[in-house]
Amino acid sequence: MPRIVGVDIPDNKATFVSLQYVHGVGKRSALRLCEALGLDPTRPARELNDEELARLASLLESQYVVEGNLRRQVQQNIARLKEIACYRGLRHRRGLPVRGQRTKTNARTRKGPRKTVAGKKSVKELR
Amino acid sequence: MGRSLKKGPYVDERLFQRVSALEQTGRKEPLKTWARRSDIVPEFVGHTFLVHNGKTFVRVYVTEEMVGHKLGEFAPTRVFRGHSGVKAPAAS
Repeated sequence: MPRIVGVDIPDNKATFVSLQYVHGVGKRSALRLCEALGLDPTRPARELNDEELARLASLLESQYVVEGNLRRQVQQNIARLKEIACYRGLRHRRGLPVRGQRTKTNARTRKGPRKTVAGKKSVKELR
Repeated sequence: MGRSLKKGPYVDERLFQRVSALEQTGRKEPLKTWARRSDIVPEFVGHTFLVHNGKTFVRVYVTEEMVGHKLGEFAPTRVFRGHSGVKAPAAS
């Protein structure tokens, strides 16, 4: 199994699919990477030789923010919002949706598992 | 959708003038304003604003990191005091 930038080990899928196993690389940048290095994106990743892998790795490291660095960047952006106490930061602090979604119902991704309250009207009754 | 870059930031005309005037005299007192929709531009850094939240004026000291946000983002209009009978979960 090939290995690129740290722990990511894509397999016998097409090159551009395997590249997407790297955090921060989606379809678009995967195809772009292949193009930049003149690789056939549909070739299975196992056929990549060491030289091609090295070139992919160096390109990812120099031109893209991936994996740990990307995760850190995102966390820093959120920390900044929290720090300056703007509306978005406050929403992050509370663990509520940040982009104006409704919270009367849904929003479970942000709020986590339902906390049932005794005596509270169900959504059905509210309508 | 974000604002077109072509237009540049929206800055409340009068507010900007008041900041400039303050700058002339050397920095001092906070500026009371209702212009929540105004972008914070670099000139505002270091000034204190009293931003209306619909009821009172919230004191906002503008730092460099706030540039690009709007004044209203720092003056919440709603106060959540928790649901009845529910113990508030530990929030940071």
